[in-house]
Amino acid sequence: MSSVDPSLSIANPDPKDTDAIQKLGLALAGLGVLVLFLSWGGVGIPAAIGLPVALLGILIGTTIYSARLYLNQPEGIKNNGVYFKSLTNRGALGWVTGIVLTGFYIILYWFPEYIGFKASGNEGFVALFDPLSMFFKGQPASQWFLYGTLYTLCITSLGIKFLFKYRHNRYQFIRTLVVIASQLFLAYLIPEILAGLNYNDVTNTSGEYLGYFNTDLKNTWPLDYDFFYDWQLDAFQEPSYQPIGTLYLIVGIAMFLLVTPVITYYVGKRWYCSWVCGCGGLAETAGDPFRHLSSKKLGAWKLERWLIHSVMIFVFVMTAATIYGYFWNTGEVFGLNIYKNFQQPYGFLIGATFSGVIGVGFYPMLGNRVWCRFGCPMAGYMGIIQRFKSRFRITTNGGQCISCGNCSTYCEQGIDVRAYAQKGQNIVRASCVGCGVCSAVCPRGVLNLENGPEEGRIDLPAIIIGNESIKVAD
Amino acid sequence: MQHIVIIGNGISGITTARHIRKKSDHRITVISAETDHFYSRTALMYIYMGHMKYEHTKPYEDWFWTKNRIELKRAYVNKVDTGAKTLSFADGSSMVYDKLVIATGSKSNKFGWPGQDLKAVQGLYNYQDLESMEKYTKGISRAVIVGGGLVGIEMAEMLLSRNIPVTFLVRESSFWNNVLPEGESEMINRHIREHHVDLKLSTGLKEILSDDNGRARAVLTDQGEEIACQFVGLTAGVSPNIGFLEGSGIETNRGVLVDPYLETSIKDVFSAGDCAEFRETNGERKSLEQVWYTGRMMGEALAETICKKPTKYDPGHWFNSAKFFDIEYQTYGWVWPKPKDNENDFYWEHESGKICLRIRWNKETDQLLGVNNFGFRLRHHAFDKWFKDGRTVQYALEHLKDANFDPELFKKHEESIVAQFNAENGTNISVKKKSWQRILQLVSN
Repeated sequence: MSSVDPSLSIANPDPKDTDAIQKLGLALAGLGVLVLFLSWGGVGIPAAIGLPVALLGILIGTTIYSARLYLNQPEGIKNNGVYFKSLTNRGALGWVTGIVLTGFYIILYWFPEYIGFKASGNEGFVALFDPLSMFFKGQPASQWFLYGTLYTLCITSLGIKFLFKYRHNRYQFIRTLVVIASQLFLAYLIPEILAGLNYNDVTNTSGEYLGYFNTDLKNTWPLDYDFFYDWQLDAFQEPSYQPIGTLYLIVGIAMFLLVTPVITYYVGKRWYCSWVCGCGGLAETAGDPFRHLSSKKLGAWKLERWLIHSVMIFVFVMTAATIYGYFWNTGEVFGLNIYKNFQQPYGFLIGATFSGVIGVGFYPMLGNRVWCRFGCPMAGYMGIIQRFKSRFRITTNGGQCISCGNCSTYCEQGIDVRAYAQKGQNIVRASCVGCGVCSAVCPRGVLNLENGPEEGRIDLPAIIIGNESIKVAD
Repeated sequence: MQHIVIIGNGISGITTARHIRKKSDHRITVISAETDHFYSRTALMYIYMGHMKYEHTKPYEDWFWTKNRIELKRAYVNKVDTGAKTLSFADGSSMVYDKLVIATGSKSNKFGWPGQDLKAVQGLYNYQDLESMEKYTKGISRAVIVGGGLVGIEMAEMLLSRNIPVTFLVRESSFWNNVLPEGESEMINRHIREHHVDLKLSTGLKEILSDDNGRARAVLTDQGEEIACQFVGLTAGVSPNIGFLEGSGIETNRGVLVDPYLETSIKDVFSAGDCAEFRETNGERKSLEQVWYTGRMMGEALAETICKKPTKYDPGHWFNSAKFFDIEYQTYGWVWPKPKDNENDFYWEHESGKICLRIRWNKETDQLLGVNNFGFRLRHHAFDKWFKDGRTVQYALEHLKDANFDPELFKKHEESIVAQFNAENGTNISVKKKSWQRILQLVSN
C-alpha cells in the first residue's frame, strides 16, 4: 500500500511524539554532526573545542534522544512505521545517506587528502582528530584514526539506542553490551594504548619506522586478510614490540585454527558475527534500522552461496601465495607476481570495495549485512561449520507458526525463516549470525536460538504436531 | 487426473492445494476474489503499522504456484451448480470441477446496529478491509472499536501506531473474559490502559450516528454516552462467508455443514476452515473453528481424503496463541474462564504484572488439563506429549524447565512458580534441571 503519507523525518514522523528533552537530544547530536561536516568542508574549527563537541554531542545527544523516545513507551517491539519512513524504506533520505556513506568510503580509501590527510600536516576533517591521536600516541591523526574513532562512536551511541529499544529482551541487551565493549576495548582503546606505549606503529629516534601490526584481537584472519602479509609478519617479530607482537601472532593463528571452530561448534557463528565482530557490531547498531532491506528471494540465496564461497577461496589462494612468498622470498608464485596478481586485487575488490564501500555504504539500499552475507570469508568459514557440525539451531515451536512473515522480514541475513517455521522445521543455515531478532519479533513465541544435541537438529517433521488426522506410518 | 477446484486462497484452501499437489497429479485451481496470491491474513495488522509490506505477508514467492502447477484464478463465484458440477463467476464465465472445496473463510459480524453500514464503519478480516481502513483513518481524531476480542485489540494497536486515539467498547465486564479467566483478563485490561486506550468495559454499542455525507461521526453507547469519532471498528466476531451457496443445494446452517471427513451433504463437495461447520462436535471443540491452526489442519486432512483414502479431521490437543500489544499469549489444552467442577486451578503472576501462568488439572487424578501462559513462552512439544501421556500436574511442574521456550539469558520463573504451587497445594515438588535428552524425546513422538 502506498497511501501512507511519505515522511522525510529521520527519527519520528509524528512531531507530537517529540518532546522538549528529545528535541534537545536531537539538537546536541545534530550539532556534533554539523561540526564534523563543517570541518570536512574546510571550516577552521579549533580541534580542541570542535572534537569534544562533535564526539560528546553525538554520544550524549543520541543517548538523551533514544532514552526519552523508548522509555516513554511500554517496552516491546518498536517497528511501527519502518516501511513508511524515507530513511528506512529506500526513500530520498535513504538514498542521500547511502550516497554520503559511499562517498565517504571512497574518499577514505583512495583520496584521503579530500578529508584533510596530508603528510605535510593534517587539515580539516582529519586535523579535527589530531588532539585525540596526540593524547593516545603522541602523533597526529591518520585517516584511519578518524575512521576508527567515528566507527567506535557509531557503535557506542547507536548501540545505546538499541539497548533502550530492546530493553525488554535480555538476549538483545546483553549481546549489545558485549558488541559495544568489544569495539570500544578490543578494537579501539587497547590498540591505541599499545601504540601509545610504543608497542606498535613506532618511528624510532633515528627516524626509522618499525612497522605496524593488527592489535585488534578479534579481527581474525581471513576477515583480516593481510594478517600474513610480510610487513605484518615482520612487525609481529619486531624486537622492540615484544612480547606483545609474538603474543598477537600466536593468538591470531589460534583464533583461526582453534578458537573459532571450537566455539562455533558449541554456539554457532553468532559468538563472532553478532557478539564481537566489528563489521557485525556496526551492522547490529548503526545498521539496525536497515535490517529489513535484505532480499529474501530464493535467487538472492543462490547468489549468496556463489559469492561468499568464491571470496573465501580467493582469500585462501591469496594467503597461500602470500605465505609462500614470505618463506621462499620469491615475490612470485608460478611466475605470477604475488602483490599484483593476488594481494592488490583482493585488497581493492574485496577489502575496500566490497566490505567497505558496498558493505556499509549500501546499508540503506541492500540492508546492513551485505558484506557479512555475500562476502565475508570468516563468515563463510564459520558458516560451513555451523551448517554441518554445530550444536546451534533456531528451534521452531511445534505448530505455533502463523506464517505472518515478521521473522523473514527482519532477518538481516535474508533468510526466509518463515519457510522453515511454517513447516515446523528448525532453522539451520550457514548464514545465520544469531542476532536473535527473528525470535524477538515473532508474535507467537515460535522461534528460539538454542544450543543442543546435534541429533535431530535439522529434521523435517513428517507432519506438524497438533494434527492427529494423518499418521506418519501412512 | 481430476480437476480439484478450491474456492478461497486462505490458509485452509492453500494448505489443501499444496498437500493435494504433494500427494497427486490432479489439476488444481484455486479461486479467490480477494487477492491474486496467498498471503497471511494474520499479518494484515503489520502492514497497516508499517512493520511489513503486503509482499512480505506472502509465504511463497509468486513463481511457486506455476512451479507447483497450482492454477490461480482471480474471480468471484456467484453460483455453484452441484448437479452439473459447474461454478458460475461474476463476469459470466464458468468452470467445471470434479471435486470442489469450499474454503471461503469468514466475514465480520454485524448485529443490526443502526448505522452499521455507514462509511468508515467496518470490521477487519480481509485485504479490502485493510484498504478501507487505510482510507478512512486518514487524519482522524478518534476511532471507536466495538467488541472485545482478538481483532478488536489488534485494531486498537494498529490505530495507536498512527497516533489515533482509541475508545474501546467491550460489552463484557473485563476484556475477553468469555475466554480468559479473571487474572489474565485483568492483566490485559491493565495493559490496554497502559497504552492509553480509553477502555470502556460493560459498555455496548447502541447506534452509530451519521454526518451529512453518510459517514460515521459518533457512536452512542448503551450507557447513553455519545462519543465523537470518525471511524468505527466492528470486531464482535466473525461468521462463515457462505452467502454465495444459496440455492446450491449444499446444506448449511451457520456454516457449510460437514461430516468428520469434511464432506458436505453433496458428494464431491467439501469444506474446510472458518466456513465449515461440523454436524457433530469433537470433544470440547466448537462446531465452528475459526482459528488459523485448525484451518491448516483441516486442509492437511482434506488433501489426504481427496487423494488417498477417506481421512477424518482429527485435531490433537488444543493449542492457540495471540499477542495483546506487547504481551504474548499461548495456550495448550483446555483452560476455561472458570474451572469446571472436576478441575483444580493454579494461577501465578510475576511481580511486573505482565507475566503469568495458569494451570488446570483433574481433581481426582491430578492429570494435567491445560495451561495459559502470558509474557513468556512454552514449548508446544512438551505439552502435546504430556497430554498424550496423561501426565500429572506434578510431573509438568517438575519438568517445567524442559518446557520453557524463552530466549537464552532471559530470567527464568520456574522456581517462583513451583514455590507458590507447593505453598498453596501442600506439595513438595522440586524443579528438575533442563534436560536435552528429555526434550528430544518430546520432539520425537
